[in-house]
Parts: sequence; structure tokens; C-alpha cells
Amino acid sequence: MDALSEAFRLIFTLDADLFEILWLSIRVSLTALAFSAVISLPLGTWLAITKFPGRKFCILLLNALMGMPPVVVGLMVYLLLSRSGPLGWMGLLYTPTAMIIAQSVLITPIITALSIQVIENLHQEYRDTFHSLGVTGRRAIVAYLVDARFALTTCILAGFGRAIAEVGAVIIVGGNIDHLTRVMTTAIALETSKGNLTLALALGAILLTLSLLINALVIGVREYAARRQYA
Amino acid sequence: MLNSLLPIRVAGLCLNKGDRDLLRGLDLRIDDPGITVILGPNGAGKTLLLRCLHGLVEPDRGQIIFGDLTVADSRHQQAMVFQHPVLLRRTVLQNLAFAAPEIAKSEPQRLIDALESVHLADRCDQPARMLSGGEQQRLSLARALLARPSLLLLDEATASLDPASVLLIESLVEAQRAQGTKIILVSHDQGQARRLSDEIVFISDGQVAEQSPAQQFFSAPRTRVAKAYLAGEILF
Repeated sequence: MDALSEAFRLIFTLDADLFEILWLSIRVSLTALAFSAVISLPLGTWLAITKFPGRKFCILLLNALMGMPPVVVGLMVYLLLSRSGPLGWMGLLYTPTAMIIAQSVLITPIITALSIQVIENLHQEYRDTFHSLGVTGRRAIVAYLVDARFALTTCILAGFGRAIAEVGAVIIVGGNIDHLTRVMTTAIALETSKGNLTLALALGAILLTLSLLINALVIGVREYAARRQYA
Repeated sequence: MLNSLLPIRVAGLCLNKGDRDLLRGLDLRIDDPGITVILGPNGAGKTLLLRCLHGLVEPDRGQIIFGDLTVADSRHQQAMVFQHPVLLRRTVLQNLAFAAPEIAKSEPQRLIDALESVHLADRCDQPARMLSGGEQQRLSLARALLARPSLLLLDEATASLDPASVLLIESLVEAQRAQGTKIILVSHDQGQARRLSDEIVFISDGQVAEQSPAQQFFSAPRTRVAKAYLAGEILF
């Protein structure tokens, strides 16, 4: 109980260490999300509306990658960025950039696979009309992205939720270095193992609140879209 | 007025789905401008023929030629209005602008004029999918007509619409005919066919059973199946 009240004291007194960790977590996850969205959304749309040999295998692979264990992603990125790895010369290991890369790798298949489902549904509806209007290629992809914007927002938020709650990959490539690569999840793991529940609880409460906010945002977006017949 | 997509020649069109022959060597030639109404019982292949003409369905065998153009080459001169209008999740005006981006840039007033012609100018900023069924179909017709097509295909475009919308759509279709657009219309509504058609193509069992001027078709149909259809008998 003492630990819990102390945790809330840290939150309400805007504890510098706590908010440094919070800010880094959000910065890393939002940047990873931005990179991932730029790749995933057009790729997912293209896969949803284009027929080519091997398409089903690509979708199968993406679906399989959705469930990829974060520690495996962390290991792959570690091997890539470690000093003896192909990108070792960039010196990115144990930096926030490495964590951004790992989170991007982790959530790209998730957002892509979710967006394929969204766009496939829309494609069923729009296909004939787009054919009739002569809308193809890049113009069709942009149109699908615009028209599915609300449904895709929920895919993006799902990706953000996955990224910010992730611990396995970022601890491997980030190293959980204080004031440099310590994010909420890695800090919670560390502080719990040390028996320092105050900071762990404070971060846990923030993480839970963030999760609630994301879900509330998803519901809000869905309801707005349904009200405006944009769903 | 010369229409570059005429004559429309359809030769030996065959389409098979599973073990069903949906189109069975369908032959058709449409020479004249005006409105051709395709009539026939359910499942006869009317919509399928229209979709083949528009390039939405690739037949297994057979050929379609518009003037001297293939289906693919004639596509930009065609427009189609579907039974269930599909509108983008955008405003009424944005739906038109999407269909004709060049016109939206160079002659934006044409979009407003198009909306006025279907009595939707005062709804231009409203989400298109919040319009009523009749209004959505009017918008979809305005969208189809924006590009000033030489051939307009309508697939039961007024089915289950309110009488006011039917009347408005029919008057717009007639106005298009007057401007030289060739119109091919699939309908179940014999009254509408009598009001609009210059020519009737009667399809039964995946083939053209009868093709004749409208007046002749309604006064003296030649085939037994067409007579039965006009008499209101249930055909399948």
C-alpha cells in the first residue's frame, strides 16, 4: 500500500526520472509507429488489391510474423547492429534508434496484416466502381487509404499499443541503460527484480492509463466514423 | 449525332461458372443510338452482359467490339451506374471531384452544375453515404455523366427507388439520349422499358431471344418466351 501511494506521489509530483522514462518510451514508440505506418499502410493496401503469384504466401508470412516473439526480433536486430553484424559500423546498438528499429520490425507485420483485412473489405465494395471510373495503381491505393482512414487508425493504434508495451526486443537492443535507453517496460522489469516496487508501480499505472486511453481513442474513432457513415 | 462506339457487336459470348452456362454463345448487334433496354427473366444473363460490355467480367469465349474499339480501348468512353450505388466515404462534392480530378481542377463549376442537375447542389458538403437511396443513385448518375460518356450503362439503376428519384433519373437519361449518348439499360420494370426504350433486347437463358424496336416488341413479341414474360408469367 505504501509503495502504491509513493507511486502516485511520483506521478503527481511529476518526478523527473519517471517522466524521462515516460517521454523516451513515447518518443521511441511513436517514431517506430511512424516508420512502420509509412511502410505498412501502402504495402497492406497494395497486397489487398493486387493479384500476383505468391500473394497468398506473402499474406500467410505476414500473419505468421504477427505472432513473432519480441525476443526473436530483438535478437535479429541485435545481430544486425552488433559490432560484427552487417550494420555494426553504424554504432546503433544500445541507442534509442536501435529500439526504434526493433519496434518497427515488430509492429510492421501487425499493421500490414490488419490493414490488408480492412482494405480487402473495402475493395470488395469499391472494386467495380473504381474499375468503372478508371481508378487504378497509385491513385487507387491513395483512395483506399483515405477512405479507410478511420478503420486504419484503429490498426495504427493497435500497433502503437503493441510497441509501447513491448519489453523483450528493446531490452536486447537497448540494454536498459539509465538516462539513455530505459523505457517504461524495461524499467518495470528492472525495478521489480530489484524489489523497488514504487517506480515499477508508478510506471505500470501510467502504462495502464495509456492502454486505456488508446482503447478509448479506438472506440471514439469508430463511433465518429459510424455516425458520419465513414466506417 | 455520330457515336464512335457504334455499332456494338457482340459475337459468341460464352461464360461458364461452375457447371452452369450463364452466357451461351450470345450474339448481339446494336447499330442505332438511343436507348436500348435489356429485358428478361431473373438469371437470364442481363446484368452479366452489361458487365461484359463494361469490361467488369471477362467472358470465357466471344468478342465484343465497339465501333472499331475493343472493350479495354473503349473504357474511357463508357460509364456505368450500378443497381446499388457505391459512394466514397467522403462528401457529395468530393465524390464528384474524385471521379473527375481534372474537371475539378480546371472547371470546378461543372461539378456544381452536375449536382444541380440531380438536385443535390445544396447537399454538396454532406457525407455522401448519409444521403437517401434515391439521392445516392442520383449522385452516382451525376458522377457517371461527368466524363460525358459516349455509352452509358445502367444496371437496374432505379430499382427500389422512390418515384420522384425514378422520374428525375429517367429525365436525365432522356436528356443524355438527346445529346447523342448511347444508353443501354437493364430493367425489370416493363413500365420503365415502355417509357424509355427505342429498342428492346430480350434475353433468355444466356442468349438473345429477341431484338426489336420497342413498339413492335410490346405490341407483337415474336417469341413464346417474350410473350410469356410480357403476360407476367413466371419464367425461370
